[in-house]
Amino acid sequence: MTAQTITLPADWRDFLALTKPRVMTLVVFTGLCGMLAAPVPIHPVLGFTAVLCIALGAGAAGALNQWYEADLDAKMKRTQGRPLPAGRMDRESALHFGVGLAIFSVVLMGLAVNIPAAIILTVSILFYVLVYTVWLKRRTPQNIVIGGAAGAFPPLIGWAAATGDVALLPFLLFSLVFLWTPPHFWALALFVKTDYANAGVPMLPVVAGERVTRTQIGLYTIPMAAVAVAPWPLGLTGPIYGIAACLLTATFCVLAVQVATRTTGVEDKMKPEKRLFAFSILYLFAMFGALVADRWVLA
Amino acid sequence: MSEHDDRIRARQRERARVMAWLLGAFVLLMFAITIVKIRAGMGA
Repeated sequence: MTAQTITLPADWRDFLALTKPRVMTLVVFTGLCGMLAAPVPIHPVLGFTAVLCIALGAGAAGALNQWYEADLDAKMKRTQGRPLPAGRMDRESALHFGVGLAIFSVVLMGLAVNIPAAIILTVSILFYVLVYTVWLKRRTPQNIVIGGAAGAFPPLIGWAAATGDVALLPFLLFSLVFLWTPPHFWALALFVKTDYANAGVPMLPVVAGERVTRTQIGLYTIPMAAVAVAPWPLGLTGPIYGIAACLLTATFCVLAVQVATRTTGVEDKMKPEKRLFAFSILYLFAMFGALVADRWVLA
Repeated sequence: MSEHDDRIRARQRERARVMAWLLGAFVLLMFAITIVKIRAGMGA
């Protein structure tokens, strides 16, 4: 649908939908946990502001992503109902909203919290919009491998908001989300492959086939598992995180191996893939939750 | 005024109301941040 056919101003709920609130939940949670895991306490008002800025920055990146990908979204069942492809909003409004929100979040972070956090927030927004959305997504099946870094920044931003600096632990948290992204997204891509193929997005299952994707899921799970457990033997966390990380990561590995070693037939329900995808979301929430619990209980 | 115009006005009113709430929340947030910063400066 074109801008000419839109006769009503967009509803405020459509602007909210533009920010991808469900994706934002994980971003906000990992950012908050990165902040709470830092050794320096932050004033609750400034902590709230930092998390708000992370949420607004993620929302801005989501809005700009939907602005740029309106044509792709219209071709996929999963995204057809979004405000732009559904014709409930014109592209210009989405662009203005995204750019305005991005600038607002960065300026507020810089003025109210600190400059390092604002710089990392800027890099994460630009990375998601320019590197992932504009450059990689339509060009290479490695799109989510490199683009995954954009979603890995929040714990780093949260930590920087509290300390004004970055250290080894937030880098490991960054690496955990970075390495978690490929198995998470490729599990999804395996059961919505047709959608991606119809839209012309070169996701790995579309370009290289299921077998390669399954192998890659297994391969990426190995370094992810190592990074997930590493903070404990390195003495950066205590046993609460260590034990939780071992159990959760072992479960993740079992599910990933099931997906990696499977061969599907026609009309396959893709249950192991759906199970891995669902568990991967829970996994990240639980890992970061365990990290904060570890810090607070031991403190 | 047509029904379409009414719907446009209603949508605009709703958006203006949400914007007003957001601006109010922003003013409160800026006030709280200012107080925190002033207190931190006095403690230093």
